[in-house]
Amino acid sequence: MADTTARRAKLQWGLLNAVVVVFALIPVLWIMSLSFKTPATLTDGKFIPREWTLDNYRNIFGTDQFVRALINSIGIAMIATVIAVVLGAMAAYAISRLDFPGKRLLIGVSLLIAMFPQVSLVSPLFEIERQLGLFDTWPGLILPYITFALPLAIYTLSAFFKQIPWDLEKAAKMDGATQAQAFRRVIAPLAAPGLFTTAILVFIFCWNDFLFAISLTSTERSRTVPVALSFFTGASQFEDPTGAICAAAVVITVPIILFVLFFQRRIVSGLTSGAVKG
Amino acid sequence: MSVNATPAGADVAADGTDTGSTGRHAAVPAQRNNRRRKPPLSENKRAERRLGLLLCAPAALVMLAVTAYPILYSVWLSLQRYDLRFPAEREFVGLQNYVTVLTNEFWWTAFGVTMLITVVTVAVELVLGMGLALIMHRTLVGRGIVRTSALIPYGIVTVVAAFSWRYAWTPGTGYLANLFSDGAPLTERASALAIIMLAEIWKTTPFMALLLMAGLALVPEDLLKAASTDGATAWQRFTKVMLPVMKPAILVALLFRTLDAFRVFDNIYVLTSGANETSSVSMIAYNNLIRGLNLGIGSTMSVLIFITVAIIAFVFVKLFGTAAPGSDDGERR
Repeated sequence: MADTTARRAKLQWGLLNAVVVVFALIPVLWIMSLSFKTPATLTDGKFIPREWTLDNYRNIFGTDQFVRALINSIGIAMIATVIAVVLGAMAAYAISRLDFPGKRLLIGVSLLIAMFPQVSLVSPLFEIERQLGLFDTWPGLILPYITFALPLAIYTLSAFFKQIPWDLEKAAKMDGATQAQAFRRVIAPLAAPGLFTTAILVFIFCWNDFLFAISLTSTERSRTVPVALSFFTGASQFEDPTGAICAAAVVITVPIILFVLFFQRRIVSGLTSGAVKG
Repeated sequence: MSVNATPAGADVAADGTDTGSTGRHAAVPAQRNNRRRKPPLSENKRAERRLGLLLCAPAALVMLAVTAYPILYSVWLSLQRYDLRFPAEREFVGLQNYVTVLTNEFWWTAFGVTMLITVVTVAVELVLGMGLALIMHRTLVGRGIVRTSALIPYGIVTVVAAFSWRYAWTPGTGYLANLFSDGAPLTERASALAIIMLAEIWKTTPFMALLLMAGLALVPEDLLKAASTDGATAWQRFTKVMLPVMKPAILVALLFRTLDAFRVFDNIYVLTSGANETSSVSMIAYNNLIRGLNLGIGSTMSVLIFITVAIIAFVFVKLFGTAAPGSDDGERR
């Protein structure tokens, strides 16, 4: 009896999952399909390519430009994510746990920064970076990314820190754990879902940014993939770069998938179950 | 380092970030040894304040260093007549740009479009995102695959995703256009707006879902079990147990989604380029700033967008009251 209900539950979940996966992936599969089409069949409107080709992939990896941009993107996004999450966690901890003057000001200002239309900040930033010699360098992109990721990081993290039962830490110390142990064994695992959620969001934000990347870079020294994509042209002037763009889109989605796959398992529940009674 | 016996101060010393409170306490090293639990409250308070400021300083400094000048500069520009095509005519005109923009019907059309897109997409995304979060959180089979594939749309570069939709809806090349109608859906206002919203929703529902899912992870399992033992239905468990715990997460998700939705740009840029009155306010600000080189009017629009978004944010934070980050009266557990 229990067995059949369990199986039915599994089936139901399987069905729901299938709906989610289909909803999420159809446009992605469409891009993949475009990337495998030959130039002749590119515009035939078929979901599945009639003729398959790997030329598009060969083309993008044949150019030094794309590989270089991929390295830039990965490096810049990773560094910015780490710094933003660390700084954000420090500030969020203070906001959710400590009482100090200027707290509301900080929250207000960070929201203000998140709200200002970025289009209008680009040209002043360009001027500043030119003068400081940051233009077209990694730090020149990492700094704005950290800045615009921080408000989100601070808000998300302080929302989570607020819900953590901090009494557990006291309880652990009462049971003989040192301060460091209490933090590492008790608080860190509880904070993990929030931290990894934030890391995923920040990474994706940096990875996807186009506006700053196109305005604050000029050579392949620091050009990121979304920008490199926009410089794609076909092998000849008359060739449509659609196939190459789609192939590149598929390639640059892979790191995101790996990143999410790696970090999503940290977002688990039940950590606080049975935590604080009464 | 000596007097940080306050719970708050001590907590953070563990992760090595507490570098405050030196010199002044050097005179009373004995305190630590006697394990005097309660130093005078004022000192306790002061240490907490110093620690708080210290922890926030790096984030605040970075944000201010990068944005203070650009934001002030755009506000300043918005008060000037400044068109890069006619640089000689640059002069301070006070609020005249604001009058120009606010009496312009293009601005109001774009404003209406943006409002419509914001309200519809955020509402739909909240419902879908909640459903998706529950599925990702609870599913028994293939959790990793479901979570990852559900997050892929958010991970794809927006411009590329928008192109994928454009190809899909272009008659002749796309599978969707051929499937549904015989017209060109992207060239009519209603259907074009619907497609823009669809693209937005598809792209950013995962953002909502991810934040909500992390909120779900904080709901204590026992509480749900207890509620269910007491005879609460699934709906009651959801509204009475899960939602209150998730409130801060919901606020953050709604707030940031709304802020982003109101500044919708990439999708419209690629899908319709704003043709047939489908421009958003960010589109026309961009057109004035970057394309038209009219820095004065463009900056005015930016400031107006900013003010609108600030009002929306204010309303949200007020509505959610103590669930908002940093509200002092929120209960600490």
